Amino acid sequence: MTTFITFLVSTVRLGMTLLFGATGEAITEKSGHLNLGIPGTMCVGAACGCVAESIYFTSVNGRMIPVLAVLIPIIATFIGGALMGLIYSFFTVTLRANQNVTGLVLTTFGIGISNYMIAQVKAEAYTFAAARKYFTAGLPFSKNLGWFGELFLSYGVMIYLAIAVAILTSIVLNKTRLGLHLRAVGENPATADAAGINVTAYRYGATCIGCGIAALGGITFVMDYLGGNWEYVIDSIGWLSVALVIFMAWRPSFGILCAIVFGAFYVASSYIPGINLQTKELFKMLPYLVTIVVLVVTSIRDRKEDQPPAGLGLNYYREER
Amino acid sequence: MMKVHESTKKEPLIHLTKRDAISWQKSILIRAAAIICALLFAAILITLLSKENPLNVYKSMFLGAFGSERRIWNLINDTCILLGISLAVTPAFRMKFWNCGAEGQTLIGALTAAACMYLFGDKLPLPAFFAVMTVACIVTSAIWALIPAIFKAFFNTNETLFTLMMNYIAIQLIMYFLKLWGKNGSGVLDRMPEYRFPIVGNQFLLAIITILVLTVLLYIYLRYSKQGYEISVVGESENTAKYIGINVKKVIIRTMIISGAICGLVGLLLVANGSCTVSTTLVGGQGFTAIMVSWLAKFNPLYMILSSLLIVFLGKGASQITTDFRVDSSIGDIITGIILLFIIGCEFFIHYKVHFRKKTKEEE
Repeated sequence: MTTFITFLVSTVRLGMTLLFGATGEAITEKSGHLNLGIPGTMCVGAACGCVAESIYFTSVNGRMIPVLAVLIPIIATFIGGALMGLIYSFFTVTLRANQNVTGLVLTTFGIGISNYMIAQVKAEAYTFAAARKYFTAGLPFSKNLGWFGELFLSYGVMIYLAIAVAILTSIVLNKTRLGLHLRAVGENPATADAAGINVTAYRYGATCIGCGIAALGGITFVMDYLGGNWEYVIDSIGWLSVALVIFMAWRPSFGILCAIVFGAFYVASSYIPGINLQTKELFKMLPYLVTIVVLVVTSIRDRKEDQPPAGLGLNYYREER
Repeated sequence: MMKVHESTKKEPLIHLTKRDAISWQKSILIRAAAIICALLFAAILITLLSKENPLNVYKSMFLGAFGSERRIWNLINDTCILLGISLAVTPAFRMKFWNCGAEGQTLIGALTAAACMYLFGDKLPLPAFFAVMTVACIVTSAIWALIPAIFKAFFNTNETLFTLMMNYIAIQLIMYFLKLWGKNGSGVLDRMPEYRFPIVGNQFLLAIITILVLTVLLYIYLRYSKQGYEISVVGESENTAKYIGINVKKVIIRTMIISGAICGLVGLLLVANGSCTVSTTLVGGQGFTAIMVSWLAKFNPLYMILSSLLIVFLGKGASQITTDFRVDSSIGDIITGIILLFIIGCEFFIHYKVHFRKKTKEEE
């Protein structure tokens, strides 16, 4: 029972990390841009967050105020991610460069920059571990509520933030005029343009905000899941997030559930008793296999609601019709 | 409901038109300018980050790539491997099938080669073994590429994400077999140099010749064969292709089999003419770099020789910088990224013409 609870908790923690990336990417994709730079963006964002935390830690000599210790990295991460989004949209929206190529270059570039930034503060790497306890602090009374408290109230602030952001994004996308316009831009930019919607502004905005949110997944992964250690595996989390977008059929609120399923597949191999080392490796295939199955099933069923935005991956040039 | 903009009376400040065609001199000039701008920009960045004289940095970059005979051979060999993977993705790209799975397809080829060595290297006479291994690699990689192609052809499943996921499955598959075959579960497969391809001239020459022949063959195939023409038509417009009686499904499947087969061949060369074992980092992201190489060369196999050389040169040079100046190795990635971004950006000026608003007195 306790192992099962630990398994679920670890599932949720990883799942919500992925949910940030997937929500961000979903916003970008709704505007018609397939951003394969998400892994790089998450790395840069996480590095910005860590550097900001490190600077804050040294400037107050380690006497951090808990709220600021969490808020400063979050803001820095968001800004770092949004800047990567700005580069991406400058190339794909303004210069109309190929989206796949730009995204992949940004991923290489982003991993390089983040490694450089982390190398600069490596001497103060203990600050991440110090900051970690503010990120993973659960609600104070969660310990007294047994399995219920452990399962629902024990998480750090980022996990709840991920759920809130996903729900908020769903509401904005589906219930507001802003969301309607954004979806119009992604489905058919020419029509949206004719209706007086500023396609360029929407695409820039969606990409920058999307990248900012995705970057939060990076800092969550470092501070919450890895417990304050910088490891060079953030980019693989990025690719999983891109996969999750398909799994959740571009619906962030539904994505909360999908993310938990995804997280479960990812951590499952560590919790199944009695399997040997090599079978463990086979289990790690599960999230990718499941994505492929979902991809195939949605394309065979061909339901309108589950499809990617019609304009996904296509750049828009007004005079080319 | 719509607002009438005050500013619509005035012509916008910047106005774009699409160029019909651009002379090749001009397009080369634009690209050269972009590379020079990128180098200048990177130089400023290096000076800021490392406090080194950028000229020294570039000198060390150049020496790192061309400094000795050994380095030059290494450079040529690595260029050929990258070129090979780029050749593989090219036919698919020409029909707008975004194959992001070259990494996985090559890894599967490499895994098959290593598996052949491990399982029945000692059971067959060497020439027969080489033949079996070559065929096996090509077939397994082709099958790996065929899976997403079938779903794309029949159900229009998104191929970008499908092939991306296949990469990770390939990596996990290799991890599985490494754990299975490695001694005491170390996850490392020992080198098996006794099953290496015979050395022709020097250790690289076989791979170099194979890839160069392949480059020419692929150029001819894409440019002058009926199948190459069909690929171009499907890429330009699927409806046109259907209208003139091309079986689009068949073209997609056939082209991806070719893609996969070339990847398999490169995987084979990586193992049987190089490492003699397999690891998950054997291809090292070149499956993704190949996408850029192919795109930079406008999907033309002959230009790809240049673009792959440029990228490998940047990589080699960057790693030399890190050893010479003891800076963090990530600076290499940053420089490569900047130069690639500049090249991507300059394509804009090749395709579009920028007009600035002319100052006219009549407006006032």
